[in-house]
Amino acid sequence: MTRLLTVENLTVALPAGADRPHAVEDLSLHLDAGEILCVVGESGSGKSITANTVMGLLPKGLPVTAGRITFEGEEILGLSAEALRSRRGRRMAMVFQEPMTALNPLMKVGDQIAEALQVHGQGHAARARVPELLAAVNLPDPAAIARMHPFRLSGGQRQRVMIAMALALEPALLIADEPTTALDVTTQMQILRLIREIQSRKGMGVMFITHDFGVVAEIADRVAVMQHGRIVEQGPASEILNAPRHPYTRALIAAVPHGAAAARAAIRPAPVLEMKGVQKTYQRGGWFGARATVRAIHDADFTLNKGETLGLVGESGSGKSTLARCVVRLVEPEQGEILFHGTDLRPLSRQGWLPYRRRIQMVFQDPYASLNPRRKVGEAIMEGPITHGVPRAEALARARELLRLVRLDESALERYPHEFSGGQRQRIGLARALAMQPELLIADEPVSALDVSVQAQVLELLAEIRQRLGLTMLFITHDLRVAAQICDRIAVMRRGAIVELGATDQVFGAPKHEYTRALLDSIPGREWTPPELSESA
Amino acid sequence: MKEFWRNFARNRGAVVGLAILLGVLALALLAPLLYPGSPWDMAGMPFAPPGEMGMLLGTDSLGRDVAAGIAHGARVSLLVGAVSTVVALVIGVSLGAFAGYLGGWADDVVMRFTEFFQTIPSFVLAILLVAIFTPTIGSIVFAIAVVSWPPVARVVRAEFLSLRSREFVQASEVLGKSRLSIVFGDILPNALSPIVVLASLMVASAILLESALSFLGLGDPNMMSWGFLIGSGRSVIRIAWWMSVFPGIAIFLTVLSLNLVGEGLSDALNPRLTRNRGGKA
Repeated sequence: MTRLLTVENLTVALPAGADRPHAVEDLSLHLDAGEILCVVGESGSGKSITANTVMGLLPKGLPVTAGRITFEGEEILGLSAEALRSRRGRRMAMVFQEPMTALNPLMKVGDQIAEALQVHGQGHAARARVPELLAAVNLPDPAAIARMHPFRLSGGQRQRVMIAMALALEPALLIADEPTTALDVTTQMQILRLIREIQSRKGMGVMFITHDFGVVAEIADRVAVMQHGRIVEQGPASEILNAPRHPYTRALIAAVPHGAAAARAAIRPAPVLEMKGVQKTYQRGGWFGARATVRAIHDADFTLNKGETLGLVGESGSGKSTLARCVVRLVEPEQGEILFHGTDLRPLSRQGWLPYRRRIQMVFQDPYASLNPRRKVGEAIMEGPITHGVPRAEALARARELLRLVRLDESALERYPHEFSGGQRQRIGLARALAMQPELLIADEPVSALDVSVQAQVLELLAEIRQRLGLTMLFITHDLRVAAQICDRIAVMRRGAIVELGATDQVFGAPKHEYTRALLDSIPGREWTPPELSESA
Repeated sequence: MKEFWRNFARNRGAVVGLAILLGVLALALLAPLLYPGSPWDMAGMPFAPPGEMGMLLGTDSLGRDVAAGIAHGARVSLLVGAVSTVVALVIGVSLGAFAGYLGGWADDVVMRFTEFFQTIPSFVLAILLVAIFTPTIGSIVFAIAVVSWPPVARVVRAEFLSLRSREFVQASEVLGKSRLSIVFGDILPNALSPIVVLASLMVASAILLESALSFLGLGDPNMMSWGFLIGSGRSVIRIAWWMSVFPGIAIFLTVLSLNLVGEGLSDALNPRLTRNRGGKA
């Protein structure tokens, strides 16, 4: 094996006033040809900065203060912009996280790839090579795709185009910065397999940045774990995944949802919520254009029993969020019955709905968007009960109690949302919903915007509160591991319809529908079960 | 608040603008003390050039003190600017909020109504309104408000459209809050920054509109205003340039200061944009 890339004692400073002095501190790692190195860490750990430093793409505000980077036996840190540019694309290439914005929307896909070739003086062969490159990333009908503009491609297809572009000049080093984070699981799996396949065919070195241990288990040869800008542990994948040594790695791996369905007490059928024949369609166009109708929800009947947690899982656009929003009337369906304790909620007026607002509450996905930035946390928690006629003093007492329940300090009452982290905000959102003392809680992807360790805390809290307050819960998620951990029953949605509904262990153990099987096969690192780690390491 | 001032002060022009504006405001407030008596009274001989006969800025064709006219005119200009802006804001914010929050056909009706106003040249409409209702300070404020609310309605509607689908608004919806308290408690406070910036620029254009109306002789005949001063000096500008130039400078400085303050507010309320601009420079 030849040594491709060596990073020694790299330190990158952060601007004054940041929460720590260095973005990356005393970092050393190396990458051989034909090897996949996964750099893992939570948000803000400095993993993207590391990648950008290697590529020479650091913003001006972040100077490299110490260290050496050697690429193919040559020191590249001090190189001129021109010298770096000739290596970028030709010898080392990068794939970014967000496929939707990484392509020029006004340029045909084929022209963009050809441009990458032309820049490095291979323009003469560009025309002929583009379809070949697109075929290499398993895109169907490459000639037709080369003539398309990016908006006609799906996220997964765009990411393939990005990879094709990165590989156009057969670089020795590919840096992939969370290339699958924005994609659905089934697409993610295809892209991971594609990177693996191309890497082994061409003998490239790949530096793969991710926050997801499932992805690590799927693809990595070696792993480097980062925390606060330092590498805390580094070694072969099997070793790190199954016998982590550093406490931080152990904590991270312990926080990975284990995906095994626990045995659950049987739920007695006592329907709280029943959906019957609910239909929602969206119409686009009209006036002069052709009218397009999208069926967002159809054939999605389910019953939710008292004390039960039902998981709605599916990929983006499957209608799971829309279905949940129908229940609380953020979306108004055209047809069907939404029975809450036998009363149909759909025909009720805004006024008629009021008594049910108290009993059905919702927790939202994005902790940064779900709290009013101009309202203090205390007010946010109290306003619901006050609206429903609870005296202020009592609402305040309840807010205090709830903050304790979600493990936040009482001083939070007087502070604004921006002073809290994502996980803390999500707990505030939970407290706000619980302040209404609901029977039915709808949780719309409550943990998908959070780091894995914070995710574990919030999930644990949800499970505990559900137990303590006897809540019935509709839990929406795209993450099957999370669903397995928290749900009693699972409903799998695809294109607006529920295709399979059953007890969690049944759906996971013996899936009946082919789509469910496809979803399960796409869970990254399915072969790997996180080891049982004792808390004290 | 502290941070707000720091961001505001980073824009030098805005600080200068604020200083000028405060100066004009002080002039307006102190006018009765500085120039007691009516600005319409004769104070000296006609056509006295600036600096002569104790007249700082000279006198006009009837011997009235131009400086007194400017000081008293500042009160009218600022008052008309502020009040008509407030009225325009009330109309624009309510219609925009209504359209943006409810959406659907309500939105369509309000927006067609707004476009109806936008298709008529605003100055012509203002002249027409003042001419119909006879020129008084009240009708001038009304006319200026009626022609300047459409941009407010459009900005507010756009803000409401995007804020309405935010999760914190949906959360309020799920809590069962009334529409009114969602609009005023949740959405409006988050839409304030563009409204504040727009308002400061509207005051400037209202002052210009009022001056233009007075210049054409459609000002309140009982009120001294800058536009009237320029209008009356227009015919004798070759022999008494100071009659038009000084009120003109007053309008120029006030409108400039309001625009500078507006830009400073915009920077201070959208710090992210400022930082980007700084990075590029």
